[in-house]
Amino acid sequence: MNGSQILIESLKKEGVKHLFGIPGGMIIHFFDELYQQKDIELILTRHEQAAAHMADGYARATGKVGVCVATSGPGATNLVTGLATAYMDSIPMVAITGQVATHLIGNDAFQEADITGITRPVTKNNYLVKDVRELAKTIKEAFYVAASGRPGPVLIDLPTDVQRAETEFVYPHKVELKTYRPRTEGHALQIKKAAELILSAKRPIIYAGGGVILGKASQELTEFARKTGIPVVLTLMGLGSFPADDPLFAGMPGMHGPKYANYSVLESDLVIAVGARFDDRVTGKLESFKANTKFIHIDIDPSSIGKIVPADVPIVGDVKKVLKELIPLVSSVNCREWQAKIADWKNKYPLTYRKDDGKLRPQFIIEEINRITEGKALIATEVGQHQMWVAQFYRFNHPNSLLSSGGLGTMGFGFPAAIGAKFGCPDRVVFDISGDGSFQMNIQELTTAVINRIPVKIAILNNCYLGMVRQWQELFYGKRYSGTHLGSCPDFARIAEAFGAKGRRITRPEEVEPVLKESLKETEVPFVMDFRIEQEENVFPMVPAGASLDEMISGLA
Amino acid sequence: MKEHIISLTVEDRFGMLARISGLFSARGYNINSLVVATTEDPSVSRLVLTVSGDQPIIEQIMKQLNKLIGVIKTVDLNEGKYLERELLLVKVDNNTQKRSEILKLVELYRGMVIDVTSKYLMVEAMGESHQIDGLLVALRPYGLKEVVRTGKVAIGRE
Repeated sequence: MNGSQILIESLKKEGVKHLFGIPGGMIIHFFDELYQQKDIELILTRHEQAAAHMADGYARATGKVGVCVATSGPGATNLVTGLATAYMDSIPMVAITGQVATHLIGNDAFQEADITGITRPVTKNNYLVKDVRELAKTIKEAFYVAASGRPGPVLIDLPTDVQRAETEFVYPHKVELKTYRPRTEGHALQIKKAAELILSAKRPIIYAGGGVILGKASQELTEFARKTGIPVVLTLMGLGSFPADDPLFAGMPGMHGPKYANYSVLESDLVIAVGARFDDRVTGKLESFKANTKFIHIDIDPSSIGKIVPADVPIVGDVKKVLKELIPLVSSVNCREWQAKIADWKNKYPLTYRKDDGKLRPQFIIEEINRITEGKALIATEVGQHQMWVAQFYRFNHPNSLLSSGGLGTMGFGFPAAIGAKFGCPDRVVFDISGDGSFQMNIQELTTAVINRIPVKIAILNNCYLGMVRQWQELFYGKRYSGTHLGSCPDFARIAEAFGAKGRRITRPEEVEPVLKESLKETEVPFVMDFRIEQEENVFPMVPAGASLDEMISGLA
Repeated sequence: MKEHIISLTVEDRFGMLARISGLFSARGYNINSLVVATTEDPSVSRLVLTVSGDQPIIEQIMKQLNKLIGVIKTVDLNEGKYLERELLLVKVDNNTQKRSEILKLVELYRGMVIDVTSKYLMVEAMGESHQIDGLLVALRPYGLKEVVRTGKVAIGRE
């Protein structure tokens, strides 16, 4: 078999059904073999960055490894933002790139780029395969590394002559890596210590993140919280891992967290961190975050533990396994008063916005999407104000339901991620909730969605601004809106129609419900809703960068 | 900022050195010296590198090093006892009038002259890095033409 055939057979062995990408001169041989088989579907995107985000969205929605492909040089470099996005959020992905022939590498050949060099800091591992006999083993290893331990993207660079070279195909049954053995079993003694600490806590809080979703441990987390009666806050990446409608849920803490979430974290005497990494957007000023609090930190990645806050009880291990061990050791924690205090904060300081002036507000639109989809939709977001409004106002009750670039904060991620997710979960309703700035960053993928009959719903919260930056300028830069005014161009509804999708413009609150219902009836093509919202609406509450979590700017809310 | 001597054993893998050095450069840290050579197992290389940095950042880098596929073991030698050596090769101006002074200095530092031409004396010396520093300071007035140092190698002891 030649290298390209080996690649295809190996992908099949890994259960790959969808491949997102674009061909080019140095990957043409592989695409020729791809053409001659039926098991793997190629989804031809219009930009390689979108191919990477689609593979990423596919992975986030299904929990499987997403795969994308690009040619050498510019094709490969266009993947970089997608790889960095996946790396920051620990998403299992394999990217395959064509490369110039081995004898030309390093000669500034046409469309040559040192992509293994370029992507080294944004991949979990990468490979340049110079010998076809190494190919099958490398692919096996790549998939294993991508999906195991703390997951992440892996890149395989495949020179054109290796694609053509012939060898016998033998796919290894398993990989053994001497220097890569993620520890999955938590230390029994540490787990016991954690249980003791939990049972003696007066004001404990569970702070869970994306690791719970990646580790498929939502059920265990929920059981643990309900058995102990400990309230739960979730990071952006963790939303959905514990039901938002559960009375124990205390919101998303951090820069745009509701008061009750931030107060809960600050006033706790024990933080039980599960698959979360204390991002600066969550902790605010570290000194006040750490003060008077003990930390139990459960994470599969030892380098996450002790990085930001010192852990009193560090537990390295798979969160699902550790929680399973921990649950029998704990019982209901005596913290009625604490629960009541949080419930009181929730009553006193609910997330709110102005509803009485008849203006179209973004928070209302998200509440309506939540109501009409019964909280069951798969929601992708871009990055900015709309992303935070989604986190605040959509009630995520199921894991793998929010696809958002939490770590890197990549505008242009949501729409392709939504398309990728729809390929992985064809029966789910998929929304991309977007801003007008973000949507224009990968708007070309309307073509991909139309051609492939992908009926994702795009809700653009259009305020004619790069809204989050504008908000910072309003609050901290004397309202000098430098480079953030986008104007009311383009007409998104007509753009959608031009691509062959459906498009509507919405300007009044009473139009929201009918257009959302109409969008759900669309089963063939993307449905773009251009919501002309209140232009200078802000995301509140807000903790200024570097301030303590209780120093919130509340605005109207 | 304290100097740390970090000793790693690694598999012979593609891009290994770039990955390791990248963890330091990504945090704006300079590697002061770096020695790489094979070990008793020909498929395993040892790196000894010295770097100055704040303790928490060095700890974070050590954890990241341990995560790299291909890294077998990482030790911060400063946490225990160790022995260190460095080799120096240096060309000193062959100043005929002061040759005996140079030879005396070299002897004092337990070095050797290993080559002599009309232009230079080539001196070899080995010792702890501060001793090498000392010899170089002493030789500088006689004219240093070229200095080659290996950087620190170090080994833990009981």
